[in-house]
Amino acid sequence: MAIDSDVLVAGGGLAGITAAVAAAREGADVRLVSYKASTLRQASGLIDALGYLPPTEPAKPLRDGPPTAGRGVDPDEWDDPEGPLIDPFEAIDRLPEDHPYRILGADALRDGLALFDDLVGDAYLGSHTERNALLPTFGGSVKPTARYPRAAAAGIASDDASTLIVGFRSLTEFDARTFADRLTAAGVPFPVAGAEVEFAEAFRADAKITRFAGALDLDQPIDGTPAREALAKAVAPHLHDIVDADGGVERVDRIGFPAFLGDEHADEVRAELADRLGADVFEIPMGPPSLPGLRLEDRLYKALDAEGVRFETGNPVVGVETDDAGRVEHVLVDRKGREIPYSAETFVLATGGLVGKGLDSDRTGVREPAFDLHVPQPANRYEWFVDDVFGEQPYARFGVRPNARGQPLDADGEVQYINVFAAGSVVGGADVAREKSASGVSLATGHVAGTEAAAAAIEGTTEPAQ
Amino acid sequence: MTAHDEHTEHETTGNAGGNDDEEHDEVGHDAQPGVPTLGREEQPSIFVPDDGEPATAERRDAQPAATDGGVKSATGGSDSTELDPGTYDPVDVFPGGDLDLRDGADSCYKCTSCDTSCPVAAVDDEFPGPKFQGPEQWRLKRKDDHDIDDSITSCSNCMRCDDACPSSVPLSQMHNEARGQFVERQMEKLSREYVRNRILSNYRFFASIASKVPRLANFATSLPGAMWLAEKTLGVTGEREFPPFATQTFRSWWRERGGAQVENPDKRVAYFHGCYSNYNTPEVGKAMVRVFEHFGYEVLVPPQKCSGTPMFANGMLKDARRHAETNVEELVAAIGEGADIIASCTSCSMSLRQEYPELFDIHGIEDVSNHTFEALEYLRIYEDLEEALADAGLDRERAFAYHAPCHARNQGLERQAVETFRDVDGVVIEDVGDSCSGISGTYGWKAEKYETSMKIGEEMFEHMEHAEGEVGMTECPTCAMQMEHGTGYEIEHPLQLLEDALPISG
Repeated sequence: MAIDSDVLVAGGGLAGITAAVAAAREGADVRLVSYKASTLRQASGLIDALGYLPPTEPAKPLRDGPPTAGRGVDPDEWDDPEGPLIDPFEAIDRLPEDHPYRILGADALRDGLALFDDLVGDAYLGSHTERNALLPTFGGSVKPTARYPRAAAAGIASDDASTLIVGFRSLTEFDARTFADRLTAAGVPFPVAGAEVEFAEAFRADAKITRFAGALDLDQPIDGTPAREALAKAVAPHLHDIVDADGGVERVDRIGFPAFLGDEHADEVRAELADRLGADVFEIPMGPPSLPGLRLEDRLYKALDAEGVRFETGNPVVGVETDDAGRVEHVLVDRKGREIPYSAETFVLATGGLVGKGLDSDRTGVREPAFDLHVPQPANRYEWFVDDVFGEQPYARFGVRPNARGQPLDADGEVQYINVFAAGSVVGGADVAREKSASGVSLATGHVAGTEAAAAAIEGTTEPAQ
Repeated sequence: MTAHDEHTEHETTGNAGGNDDEEHDEVGHDAQPGVPTLGREEQPSIFVPDDGEPATAERRDAQPAATDGGVKSATGGSDSTELDPGTYDPVDVFPGGDLDLRDGADSCYKCTSCDTSCPVAAVDDEFPGPKFQGPEQWRLKRKDDHDIDDSITSCSNCMRCDDACPSSVPLSQMHNEARGQFVERQMEKLSREYVRNRILSNYRFFASIASKVPRLANFATSLPGAMWLAEKTLGVTGEREFPPFATQTFRSWWRERGGAQVENPDKRVAYFHGCYSNYNTPEVGKAMVRVFEHFGYEVLVPPQKCSGTPMFANGMLKDARRHAETNVEELVAAIGEGADIIASCTSCSMSLRQEYPELFDIHGIEDVSNHTFEALEYLRIYEDLEEALADAGLDRERAFAYHAPCHARNQGLERQAVETFRDVDGVVIEDVGDSCSGISGTYGWKAEKYETSMKIGEEMFEHMEHAEGEVGMTECPTCAMQMEHGTGYEIEHPLQLLEDALPISG
């Protein structure tokens, strides 16, 4: 068969890219297939490792008898998570035993982060320490994160520099004044004010963010004034908006904008704004469309190309075929109706979780649809969730269960296929949304899966014993 | 009567015939009320105007597609309106079965990835973007009191939104449906725009006449003032030069050559050359034939019409369907002879693979979809191209600036040319980035869209000029026009390079 490689990676997100690069660096010939354009463009661009330790037991014991979730009787109660954590590595031992960090070890996370640092170069900060940084995020909360884009660096929340948050009249989903109030309420050590300005009002709602970014990137004129100058002019009247309790006025040291300050020339845009306004300028990560996510996607796909990884998007992996020895011979890629086999020595599954559709569910069960790997789950679906929306939701930890080499296990705890490895959100055991660990889990599992898959492919250790 | 009567405002006025109450009543009471039982491929699920064709017996028996999902009450469409709290399960509100495009509309969680990926929305403030054109407009037009917004004509049908959507919303299908309705119901049939669009989308008809007298046609279109006249009378932009017609069409060359030179019942392909390779760039078609024969394939060239791509993009679904009927019939016959279908144009392959089964209910259309491939794609799957090219190469080094057409992206082909050729001796090939060329078939030929088209193309032109190559390369004929128009480069198809690199005699 013509479509062949040492390692085939299914999935084009952070975990898939990490696995592909890790495998390529081991000397393997790697191919990556992704169903859709990478979901990195929806990511915040912050690389978290472990920010919180959510409780895994309810504050008062769940009542005996049939599960009550969803029926509104005798709701359970849960304590708040521990955190924000200062040191993610120190907390790993206190995670549940089947958490991927516990299974793979803290060094897997260190290796994953180191690979990421190498791929993004000086576009990201945070690698100088193992401690978390605190960054303001969309909505006015503060997030513990291991790595952050240079564009967000000046916004670090542990700094006491006075801060102005800028919002835009036409950007209704980002209210700068509410944002500033919430930061104050969160107890940040710096004075902060929010201001709403008018800028580029004519941009159409549907593609506004990318239009803002594009105009600033190329410094296109807006009503005759170059975009960067126009934005600086709109913000300038608010540089003294911080008023202390005695009525004293303070000039702001730094200014935070929603994250659309340019695309390819983002550094230049921030530098010019900082120069014009006499204050540091930083970006606050937003929901999609996320410019920090798009920039990261560009950077990582360029890295894939540079590492010699072949990749394609547009068609899903829909199944596998195995040989007599129970090894996966090839995956089937649905190329618009025709299922084409892609063969490889080893495979990395990195298709995402419930949101990314690497896991599929209906009333009868939760499945991993591509390889049909075992996904442990309670038989009664009322045990999939608990009443407290922010409680320990069992479904959040659904996914395939790997061993220390990243190989998914079957219902008996045995390796399901000797030449299959898993990475990213398809791996269960972590509640990444509450732990703030999604990126770290992708990097750690991706690094292990990629490295192990390459080693197995090159050494031929997946061949059945003679 | 029952809940069924409340949703007779369904939009599928297509082949299923009228939606009078009687017919509805007759099919409405099945074993599981409110649940459509037919699969999507079995029903004319979207608006396909097809007047004049009598509904077949088969279709009269079929249920009309329940585009409203057949859901009106929390009891799952049963006659009872009372909820029994003891047995009520929230999941019951959503019955199983195919819900037509409603599934797609409901899958949209408004992440805006489609809007971010839309090349038109990036430069045109008047264009509301694919999220509106797709799921939002689909909901609005559930009731008949809403016209289709005329901005649908600004969608270029590049289909990048399909690839961007993380939730598999069938955006381009929704756009095609809305555009078809707009053109059929709201567009003035005597308007200059309609006439112009009809002419542009029926390029094949005019090309077939022109190619009878190619030299005269080329002379006429190159006359000073010819394109000016086209702009003034038809609204076809005067900025572009009309592509020259070949002095001999591909099909005429094929006949003169005596057809296939290789006979091989085990390896057969049917070549869907499309209009452009036939009338304008037969060298691409010839390269296809020589390369496939080099690999031992017997090439069939069945009779064929337009793939429909320009017709979809202009909402001319009736025209597209008429052509599709011929294509499906001929291609199904070729499949019967053991052939897979090979297109050299990525928009043709896109149309046969994806738009055909999405839009039309023609016997055999799924088979055509499942058997269609792009040429290079096919060789990369079934032949060891890497091995074949290991000792091959060019005598004289050439550098190419490669642009991946949007329609190639959706088929997973955006990297195929670069990956095939980057290690070939004497070839330097560079991808000029993931931007859209901006022409999108007939789009960039419209006077009022020309500027938008060139703005979209700016990034590609810039990257082409920065690339080492002085020759452009792409699989799509209209992308090639745009690349040439924006840079003055000569543009080749990957098959031409493959023909040069492989040891093919003659």
